[in-house]
Amino acid sequence: MATKDDIKFLSNPNIGQQRKKYCRFKKFGIKHIDYKDGDFLLQFINEQGKLLPRRITGNSLKYQRKVATAVKRARHLGILPYLADLLK
Amino acid sequence: MKQYEVTFVVDPVLSVDEVKSTAQTYIDWLQQNGCKLVHVDEMGLRQLAYQINRRSSGFYYCIEFQSENGDFITKFELALQRDERVMRYLTISLDKFGIKYNQDKRDGKIGKKVTKKDKAAPIAAIPTPTPVVEAPPVEVPHVEVPKVEVPTATEVTEEN
Repeated sequence: MATKDDIKFLSNPNIGQQRKKYCRFKKFGIKHIDYKDGDFLLQFINEQGKLLPRRITGNSLKYQRKVATAVKRARHLGILPYLADLLK
Repeated sequence: MKQYEVTFVVDPVLSVDEVKSTAQTYIDWLQQNGCKLVHVDEMGLRQLAYQINRRSSGFYYCIEFQSENGDFITKFELALQRDERVMRYLTISLDKFGIKYNQDKRDGKIGKKVTKKDKAAPIAAIPTPTPVVEAPPVEVPHVEVPKVEVPTATEVTEEN
């Protein structure tokens, strides 16, 4: 007998749905982005150490600018790399 | 009163005492110039993301101070620039959010660590849904191709 667990969708039903993007800084009320916090900033750069665009991170323009500044400061201080390979 | 923050990286080749004395000279320098020290953060030896002067690690220091005017900062940065023991430096002026953030961070749990966890949790939650989305497609081919071998598919899921 086929139980409930055996029923499988042929295609993933979640695949078509688009998750609404949001600005995490606005949502969680984060006002200041620390350039010394490398692990946090790692979420806004890609494997090569480049800044991710807003269309992917969902940041608002105001906070995207702050993220960019923080990442650039972190790079200068050697907390984040200027260029990298397989950063994540 | 404006609040500033200077972060600098000291050469790791020096002995611990030398590193400390280097930092102390700048702390004294700031105090002589009428700055009110807010906090000195010794971030310790850290790995650099890339080599600087053939060094792959450095001692990080972060000094937070208040000052009436920022005229002396050019002089201060010049001193840092000329110092061979200092590999990198960065001075920024903090806005009110930055001051609050640093204060909360120092207090520990109250502000920053809680917000940090808030920060960490939803952000951790953002990447996690993607593996959930990614995982089923791995299972799906098992079901699609060998329709007879349903037990093997369940075995695979059990292993996972």
